[in-house]
Amino acid sequence: MSETFDAIVIGAGPSGNACAYVLAKSGLNVLQIERGEYSGSKNVQGAILYADALERIIPDFREDAPLERHIVEQRMWILDDKAHVGGHYRSDAFNEEKPNRYTIIRAQFDKWFNRKVREAGALVVCETTVTELIKDGKGKVIGVRTDREDGEVYADVVVMADGVNALVGSRSGIKKEVAPETVALAVKEMHFLPQDVIESRFNIGEEEGVVIEVAGSVTVGMVGTAFLYTNKESIAIGIGCLVSDFTEAQVRPAFLLEKFKNHPSIKPLLAGSEVKEYAAHLIPEGGLPAVPQLFGDGWMIVGDAAQFVNAVHREGSNLAMTSGRLAAETIIDAKKAGKPMSASVLSAYKKALENSFVLKDLHKYRRLPKVLHHNKHFFTDYPRLLSSAAETMLRVDGEDKRSKEKKVTKSFRSTRSLGGLIGDMFNLARAFR
Amino acid sequence: MQEISIKVEEKLYQNRYMVDEGRPHIVVKPHTQPTDALASLVKICPAGCYSRTETGQVEIAPDGCLECGTCRIVCAATGDIEWNYPRGGYGILFKFG
Ligand SMILES: Cc1cc2nc3c(=O)[nH]c(=O)nc-3n(C[C@H](O)[C@H](O)[C@H](O)COP(=O)(O)OP(=O)(O)OC[C@H]3O[C@@H](n4cnc5c(N)ncnc54)[C@H](O)[C@@H]3O)c2cc1C
Ligand code: SF4
Repeated sequence: MSETFDAIVIGAGPSGNACAYVLAKSGLNVLQIERGEYSGSKNVQGAILYADALERIIPDFREDAPLERHIVEQRMWILDDKAHVGGHYRSDAFNEEKPNRYTIIRAQFDKWFNRKVREAGALVVCETTVTELIKDGKGKVIGVRTDREDGEVYADVVVMADGVNALVGSRSGIKKEVAPETVALAVKEMHFLPQDVIESRFNIGEEEGVVIEVAGSVTVGMVGTAFLYTNKESIAIGIGCLVSDFTEAQVRPAFLLEKFKNHPSIKPLLAGSEVKEYAAHLIPEGGLPAVPQLFGDGWMIVGDAAQFVNAVHREGSNLAMTSGRLAAETIIDAKKAGKPMSASVLSAYKKALENSFVLKDLHKYRRLPKVLHHNKHFFTDYPRLLSSAAETMLRVDGEDKRSKEKKVTKSFRSTRSLGGLIGDMFNLARAFR
Repeated sequence: MQEISIKVEEKLYQNRYMVDEGRPHIVVKPHTQPTDALASLVKICPAGCYSRTETGQVEIAPDGCLECGTCRIVCAATGDIEWNYPRGGYGILFKFG
């Protein structure tokens, strides 16, 4: 391979596929390199797909994309060891012609998306790992080195879509190594059940799906969350906590997953299922403070590699696709205008991100990672207090309601001082504002 | 905390791997006494790849590795391990992901 490409995209997850697709569609000469046997073979997600981000790239994706169920019900649960308290939202309005959220299975979805990339005209090379960037004498990135023999390829611009570990950037000295307190380690299992069992167990129709998002004592005091999503014939279940918390608490991730699966509110939902896969993956959770420099002479970073995840709303793939698309549009504009792929020209990518939900949302929640990191009792004391408050109020045992209320208030105040309670509320409110 | 018995190996049996025989992608550097970071991997590697030898060192058998990168990030500051992706095409092959 001695020709020079218009662009090289490293990685074939949602960010790389979006980027390569948009570039190839515009007629540019694109090379995409993926280390897995096929796009998706290394990738893990819950997985919820947010239609809007994909619709802006492939408007008619619903016609042939492998979608599992559209989501009609969201459950948000806070667990203590015995109970869950929470809120549910279910609406028939979600049964619309073009649903907004779907569950997907990433290995299948990525394969489909990558087929679209090939059909758009990009050259996709799998089973090839990029080891580092090639720079010219002035530090401009001009290509990549791979683990193939004679594996050097050149391009006007290189887009790093290599995911959360982002080794290409850190090993080429253009970004820092990921820090343990800015990533969560998640473990996940796929549980198979007959379609009709899932539908009756979750009280849903044929194409409908339910999502359960969970926080509380299941993370044994670590900053983290858990989830349970319904697919057509399987249930995806997983739990994740900050890597820095895992090292400190010395908890086995597989133990955490078993504990969650055995919770009395979860266990019956999985009963009789057959497990077919166990996976682990990191999730960027450092938020805005962890976002690296996003562009330079001849290079850009998109998706998880740029830490583009909104952990509060469990959004990642949509930020990945959107950043991939915006990077591609920046390249296309520069090409059309006959401009070089210099840092100043590529800075338009960052502006586009700032005008999109990607950086706006990360900015909104910029304080949250720190607040949660320094307030572990959000994950320990409050779930227990909420659960015992609910139990106290619901149990009918001859005690009058006023006394019960007093008991609840006292339990909160004896666990956290009044100042602590107010401070917590203030910190949380500020972090969410 | 209730007792839950877990065998990570049993979980890994469900997975598909393409093992690159004789070319481990993760290597623990020789040491007499493991650092705290290295020692922590025995518990926190989600695939249970790390273990203690009888003489107290930490060793790795990376065949079941899920390529999450946790050990690499935990030991980045101490430099206890050398971590690379498996050669293109090798390693974990997620059927679902
Ligand atoms: C358990 C879990 C649950 C999640 N749930 C959700 C959810 O419900 N909804 C949501 O929107 N997001 C969710 N996310 C986040 C979402 O999965 C990511 O944000 C998204 O996958 C990022 O896409 P990406 O393309 O940037 O990275 P990835 O999907 O990680 O893709 C990177 C690609 O690059 C390849 N690669 C890496 N290095 C190299 C190299 N050196 N050479 C060649 N190829 C390379 C990899 O093999 C991979 O294919 C979840 C994540 C996890 C782990
Ligand atoms: S990359 Fe993840 S699964 Fe593999 S050895 Fe390291 S911690 Fe274990």
